[in-house]
Amino acid sequence: MSTFNYTILIPALPLAMFLLIGLTGHKFKALVSGIAGTASLGFITILSYITAINYFWGTGMVNDVYQTIIPFNFEWLNFTETLQVKMGVLLDPISVMMLVVITTVSFAVHLYSIGYMKGEVGFSRFFAFLSLFSFSMLGLVLATNIFQMYIFWELVGVSSFLLIGYYYEKPSAVAASKKAFIVTRFADFGFLVGILILSYFTGTFDFGILTNPLTSPVASFVGTSFMGISVISWAMILIFMGGAGKSAMLPFHIWLPDAMEGPTPVSALIHAATMVVAGVYLVARMFVVYHLWAPDVQEVIAWVGGITSLFAAVIAITQYDIKRVLAFSTLSQIGYMMLALGVSGYGEHAGVGYMASMFHLFTHAMFKALLFLGAGSVIHSVHSNYMYDMGGLRKYLPITHITFLIACLTIAGVPFLSGFYSKDEILVAAFEHNKILFGIEYLVAGLTAFYMFRLYFNIFWGEDKVYHHTPHESPLVMTIPLMVLAFGSIFSGYLPFSHLVTSDKMAFTTHLDYAIAIPSILIGFLGIGVAWIMYKKKTDIPDRISAALGGFYTTVYNKFYFDEIYLFVTRKILFNIVSQSVAWFDRHIVDGSMNGIANVVITSSKKIKSLQSGQLQQYAAVFVAGALGLLLYVIYLLG
Amino acid sequence: MEHIPLQYFLILSTLMFFIGVAGFIIRRNLITILMSVELMLNSVNINFVAINRYLYPDQMQGHFFSLFIVAIAAAEASVAIALIINIYRRFDTIEVTEVKEMKY
Repeated sequence: MSTFNYTILIPALPLAMFLLIGLTGHKFKALVSGIAGTASLGFITILSYITAINYFWGTGMVNDVYQTIIPFNFEWLNFTETLQVKMGVLLDPISVMMLVVITTVSFAVHLYSIGYMKGEVGFSRFFAFLSLFSFSMLGLVLATNIFQMYIFWELVGVSSFLLIGYYYEKPSAVAASKKAFIVTRFADFGFLVGILILSYFTGTFDFGILTNPLTSPVASFVGTSFMGISVISWAMILIFMGGAGKSAMLPFHIWLPDAMEGPTPVSALIHAATMVVAGVYLVARMFVVYHLWAPDVQEVIAWVGGITSLFAAVIAITQYDIKRVLAFSTLSQIGYMMLALGVSGYGEHAGVGYMASMFHLFTHAMFKALLFLGAGSVIHSVHSNYMYDMGGLRKYLPITHITFLIACLTIAGVPFLSGFYSKDEILVAAFEHNKILFGIEYLVAGLTAFYMFRLYFNIFWGEDKVYHHTPHESPLVMTIPLMVLAFGSIFSGYLPFSHLVTSDKMAFTTHLDYAIAIPSILIGFLGIGVAWIMYKKKTDIPDRISAALGGFYTTVYNKFYFDEIYLFVTRKILFNIVSQSVAWFDRHIVDGSMNGIANVVITSSKKIKSLQSGQLQQYAAVFVAGALGLLLYVIYLLG
Repeated sequence: MEHIPLQYFLILSTLMFFIGVAGFIIRRNLITILMSVELMLNSVNINFVAINRYLYPDQMQGHFFSLFIVAIAAAEASVAIALIINIYRRFDTIEVTEVKEMKY
């Protein structure tokens, strides 16, 4: 059991690298910090793989059930006998799986960044922040209790903030980083309140106690209700609010497209593969509680996921910034994962949604990181983010072209690639639960194939554009990660996920449901085909369609005016009404009373200042008068 | 000696003391102020000696005290005059109201 002691190194090493590079990075050549960061990440990647192999095919399973192993858990804050915050390492199927995802993508991104960020100002700062992020993300997935998770949750928020604002001289990057931080912070407030409610009733933070389906203290508070809804539902919906913020689900999605202001490797690592799925991971971590004691919230999760996936897919069709297309695609795919968790049951085959969600998380991390890194490679050679500046690049960027195509095919759900298998499981789960959501997902599958191939054809086909210089293939240090991730995108679908990561930690068997798979393949090919017709050669079909749709197209292009609505609510309503009155109170009542006190002191001291004349004789006169007064008092009044 | 009552001494010393106090408070000349202080000290000396003589003729504490006071007054006068000389050199005056460099 205790053979996993080395896992403490997995989060500890990036922390050490962050401190090392952050404090001493400027003393060495920039490349040194890049190589050091990459090497340490390579090392923990190997460690994670060893952990995964040991866990899944070694000592992790006892009596057909995957055990939760806590090799390390120390008391970090001890408030009272019952209220303690611990820090530790928890290994169970989902956390081990996340280890593999995070370290693989993070390693690929580190390696890629050595090439991509070459010559940038603050190269070593970039690697320091990447290490900080890796540390925080690993700490998050390894958390043994919800409070530790919350701490690391905020840490990933900070690292995301720092990395989005990497080009801090660019106002748009600064605005985007602030926006990301504030929006997620706002959602995290809900998360914190949820944690507090949950632990107030149950008296524990520990995942092991909370999510035990038989003995969890949560069960005894389902009957306690507040405003007609069970307190557990309140707590869980607030916790989900935090998850929705981090995963950019519908009301909180606005930060993710703007977060693309960060360097592209950062978008690949944080805003596609790892941090944004933290919300999914959170729901999966608390899945037992959601499913058994807050089924109403689980239903909400399913709908939020489903609507977000449709919403984002529709917007993605209209965008021209290739990174934003990918960002909306990420939203859409995370919507899928949330939906799968929302429709999942518990145990055996009923838990197929849970398994599918984790499966899709895994495959999505591979192909979406690949897409982003491929997009980065394109941007690197063309120096533009906009697809109307691109065209015919397949001749110049052969490796990027092939790997990008693989990723597009994967996300479109073409058979035998990983995305097909995971998406199929999600569709199966949705079909068994809710036919409307199932229909939405079919539609989204088609839209996904369409917008991905719109992107693909626009970048790599069509006629050449006028380039500043002839586009060239990226250096090997950038293309190797692409190939590694392409390998992952193709083959990760063959992992027997239903035997590894399941809701009740027991293996079950799944098989392809052809009744569902074949239509989804056809829809995928339909999407690809439409994109082929519209974008392979330059046609006027897209323009005509957008002109025909008119107002609807503009609405979608402007992302349904969500940003404008938020601005209206914050500027016009919050700032004008709430903030201004609060500011008035602060300026006039709080400051006023303080200023009043100071003024009284100043005026009175001015008045009595002349008493301190420095003239000894005056003092003596007063002294004598006082002595005489006392004397008279003693003689005549006391005597 | 016996026919001079104690009250005479006390009245004298009280007069001297208050002349000293008045001089100390009113005069602006440092030398005069120093002299006023000496007046007060000496009025106390008179009190000591007279009261010792009238109330406790067999004891000597009052006499010794007055001797102490004379010695200390001498020391104090020398310090004070040294100060006054320095003040004079610095300010060209020994008027207390003029010496206000350290005020506030």
